[in-house]
Amino acid sequence: MKIHIPTHILDQIKAHGESAYPYEGAGLMLGKEEGNRIVSSLLFLENARDKANQHNRYLITAEDMLRGEQEAARLNSSILGIFHSHPDHPNLPSEYDREFAIPWYSYLITSVNNGKAAGSRCWRLEDNRESFSEETILSTTE
Amino acid sequence: MPILKIPTPLRPYAGGESSLSLPGEIVEDVLDAAVQAHPMLKKHLFNDSGQLRPYVNLFLDEDNLNQLEGLKTPLSASDTVLIIPSIAGG
Repeated sequence: MKIHIPTHILDQIKAHGESAYPYEGAGLMLGKEEGNRIVSSLLFLENARDKANQHNRYLITAEDMLRGEQEAARLNSSILGIFHSHPDHPNLPSEYDREFAIPWYSYLITSVNNGKAAGSRCWRLEDNRESFSEETILSTTE
Repeated sequence: MPILKIPTPLRPYAGGESSLSLPGEIVEDVLDAAVQAHPMLKKHLFNDSGQLRPYVNLFLDEDNLNQLEGLKTPLSASDTVLIIPSIAGG
């Protein structure tokens, strides 16, 4: 499993995580699946969790996902996955991530330590919902 | 017949289709027909108690069914029902 994410898009994701710090930031990765996944654009979304829980939780509402689907259709692409940040925590899926994850989507997690993005890793939930597998990020300059 | 739009993550369980034309006079009928045609969809739409899973949201065009009559919302032959997941994590 591999996902191509151009460097400038990865940089945008990191900047978004830093701007959301100390809260979690989130959004959608749009693109196409042609053997590997290729991310071509992002949709930055508000974390819809109540403020008191935004430091370790995020929520993307169905209305925002509908907007994402419409944007993806306009671009002749698909929602490939979700990115979110982990303020002052590793870029590993939490148990809460696993509980609410949906198979097929790519889940990109960026650690933001003391307000500075420290690195991103990507994960996909197994069909049995018991664990995640890591998806290799291929970052290219375009 | 009404059309049921399938989101990308659920297409592998719906024969790879992005939309299904299904018979039904209310939304519940259409979901039942979808599950009958594609049984693997069931566990991803409903929990063991037969309730819609928390991340499954249904829209009639751009209107959330929660603001209409839920699964009992009546449909016409030209209506499109969308399955839209909400996303949560931590």
